[in-house]
Amino acid sequence: MTGEAPSRPFRPDPAAIVLVAIAVALNVLASVWMSQRVHDWLPVQASSAAPYVDNLFALEAGIGTFIFLGCACVMGWTILFNRAPKYDMDDGAPIEGNLRLEIVWTLVPLVIVMAIAVHAIQVNQVLATLDGKVRVSSGSEALAVAGSAAGEEPVGPIQVIGRQWSWEFIYPEGVHSTELHLPVDRRARLELISMDVLHGFYVPAFRLKQDLVPGSVIAYALTPTREGRYRLRDSMFSGGYFAANQTDVVVESDDAYRAWLKDALRRPLVPAANPATELWRLRRERGDRGWATVPPAPPPLVHVDADPNAPHDA
Amino acid sequence: MSPTIPFDPRVLRAPHPVPGAPDNWRRFFSFNTDAKVIGIQYIAVSLFFLLVGGLLAMIMRGELLTPPADLVDPTVYNGLYTMHGTVMLFLFLFPVLNGFNNLLIPPMIGAPDMAFPRLNAAAFWLFPVFGVILMLSFLVPGGPSGSGWWAYPPVSTQNPLGHFINGQFLWILAVALSGVSSIMGAVNFCTTIIRMRAPGMGWFRMPIFCWTALAAQAIQLCGLPVLTAGAVMLLFDLSFGTSFFRPEGGGDPMLYQHFFWFYSHPAVYVMVLPIFGVFSEVFPVYARKPLFGYHVVAIASFAITFLSLIVWVHHMFYSGTPQWMRNVFMVTTMLIAVPTGIKVFAWLGTLWRGKLRLTTPMLFCLGGLFNFIFAGITGIMLATVPVDIHVGNTYFVVGHFHTVIFSTITYGVFAAIYHWFPKFTGRMTYEGLGQLHFVLTFLGSQLNFLPMHWAGLMGMPRRVASYDPEFAGANVLASLGAFLLGVATLPFLINIVSSWARGAKAPANPWQAIGLEWLLPSPPPAENFGEHVPVVIAGPYGYGLGRDLVEDQESVVQRSLQEA
Repeated sequence: MTGEAPSRPFRPDPAAIVLVAIAVALNVLASVWMSQRVHDWLPVQASSAAPYVDNLFALEAGIGTFIFLGCACVMGWTILFNRAPKYDMDDGAPIEGNLRLEIVWTLVPLVIVMAIAVHAIQVNQVLATLDGKVRVSSGSEALAVAGSAAGEEPVGPIQVIGRQWSWEFIYPEGVHSTELHLPVDRRARLELISMDVLHGFYVPAFRLKQDLVPGSVIAYALTPTREGRYRLRDSMFSGGYFAANQTDVVVESDDAYRAWLKDALRRPLVPAANPATELWRLRRERGDRGWATVPPAPPPLVHVDADPNAPHDA
Repeated sequence: MSPTIPFDPRVLRAPHPVPGAPDNWRRFFSFNTDAKVIGIQYIAVSLFFLLVGGLLAMIMRGELLTPPADLVDPTVYNGLYTMHGTVMLFLFLFPVLNGFNNLLIPPMIGAPDMAFPRLNAAAFWLFPVFGVILMLSFLVPGGPSGSGWWAYPPVSTQNPLGHFINGQFLWILAVALSGVSSIMGAVNFCTTIIRMRAPGMGWFRMPIFCWTALAAQAIQLCGLPVLTAGAVMLLFDLSFGTSFFRPEGGGDPMLYQHFFWFYSHPAVYVMVLPIFGVFSEVFPVYARKPLFGYHVVAIASFAITFLSLIVWVHHMFYSGTPQWMRNVFMVTTMLIAVPTGIKVFAWLGTLWRGKLRLTTPMLFCLGGLFNFIFAGITGIMLATVPVDIHVGNTYFVVGHFHTVIFSTITYGVFAAIYHWFPKFTGRMTYEGLGQLHFVLTFLGSQLNFLPMHWAGLMGMPRRVASYDPEFAGANVLASLGAFLLGVATLPFLINIVSSWARGAKAPANPWQAIGLEWLLPSPPPAENFGEHVPVVIAGPYGYGLGRDLVEDQESVVQRSLQEA
């Protein structure tokens, strides 16, 4: 970036100034283009948090592109034009430093990162996904604490229960499901509970992630903004069949959500089909080869089971 | 420029047995106290483990070629990735850098050896011990640890088979021993740098490699006791039923994460700081210019040391960390960009208007710097809480830290090997093979690690043995890159082995470099300058300044020619 300025402090060459100006202008164009491209690399935006996260990422991608290309140009320039010819054993220009330049390249990055940090703190305050955490000592106590919270808002609190390796969602209306259904454009309150080890509640389309910590009930809130079916992945390593521990979040209209709840309650409770259980059964059939793992927890009893093969939007 | 004379003449009177150097190869298999022997021991054993870790990585990338877990069982994959990370960090990077500390610090500061030669040898010999312990864990029932190199409880304390001796037990034992070995090394390196510099070598006449080594070893002394304590508590939870981290007994798994990251984030700086030192040594030599802004670069190392100790919670932004803490640690993490940026700009300033010679070490340093700038930018993204909430624990992080740990740090390790190989073996390496090694490594690492960023942005979690089909493209590219990196190792190994066996004899100073180590014959005699320690009269990197580094430089050079 600043390295592009020629190191001769006196009488700068006009040709060099023009060249640097052109390089900076091209770099700005490339950086702006890059910051607009980032949306192609990200999943669809399906929560109120997603635009904030993406815009912040785009801003950083733009600034980052400018710095990266600036530095790469300096490196490329020196590699092209400051090469020693073969058998040339001379030394380069004996420049030991330049105090003004060093002050500039200390202060400019300082200002940039602090500006990003202040902006990010503001975004954090807007998102405010995280509420309080209550410490408990056992799974059953966790359920008691979670159930006692009074829900002022219409949606939730939905209990999100992580196990090795299944997800279960319990609605205040009494519905048990392995698929998380949420109405669009309404803030949903969740209570994240782990029954065994650490898990991570991660929905890439929401740009949100929060660990489930055994021994704690973590209150969480989010607002889906786009109807669709999105992957919910366990993001914190949870042992043996960690990779299979994923399900879907279905965001639907308020009417469809209510209809789903009503329909679900009419169905009987059945053990969920669980990919980890299936993998474990296959392993036992094939002679139990592989390295040690705890067996999967029994599949939860649910009204509605997720279809692992349903096509998801992100 | 302080005219202090820190040199302590008592060190010369210490008994110092060196059987048969330099021709007796058996000394490499003995409890030798010569820092140059220990340095080569460290580097040779750690390069062996680089191959082991690389092999594990290639099996993992084979598994990840296709979405389902079809090559190995998911539990085997968990063990492979755990061991890959552990081997690469504790059995390759830390030991290889300790090897460079041993080789470079004494000659660079004009000391005959380390301050505590026996402690030094003991620290080294712990390395094969914990290396074997970790490898044995492949053979115990249930296989090696499969809880990741973080070993977060409760997964790490689940102990599915219930045996007392299990993979996780051996893993904790190995990591704890590695910590003990590193603390012993850190005491030695710090004491040597502080107490044994040549007459006239004040702090600001010290090569940057020594500055960065001191800054890195200071982190070891501050941080490692915390990790080691955490590891002991984890061992007790696993084996003796305590509940430091068990919620059922009133413990908290989050506590372990604090213990772990309090050291393990600074540990990245323990590894990268000496490589900053390597860059600062290599760029001036092959750009034929003084290091730009030497004083600021030196001080920035300690700024990084200080800041590295107050950033650890950025690994726990989504672990239930309260908002105020997220904000505080985001700011401290961002601040690290400032001293790091100073160094990057200083290296660019060193290249500017130089006379660049694109030798193998220079190519690796240029490639490493290029990659590091990229990794620095993704690092700032990861420091930003809202972005980290999305990409944390995904392949974006995997791509970021491999760009740091492989594409920067390991590039620096290769650069250092090629740069100082003639000095410490007395043989030149083959330039053509070295450049082939660089080209393959550069292509392989971009192909391997760039697509990982993309997969992470799309939401692929790290550590998965299987994944949704939409991530297949990125994973195929990454796997091809990984196999190319495996191929890239071949010219390196051929080069190193055959150069040492039958390479051309190296002169004392093949690169026309300025530094005390280049005033010694190649390879240097057992006690470096022995009785004739030169008096340093100028700062390092005096390229093009037409000044001598030491008093009566001509006679020092003549003596090295006679001894060779």
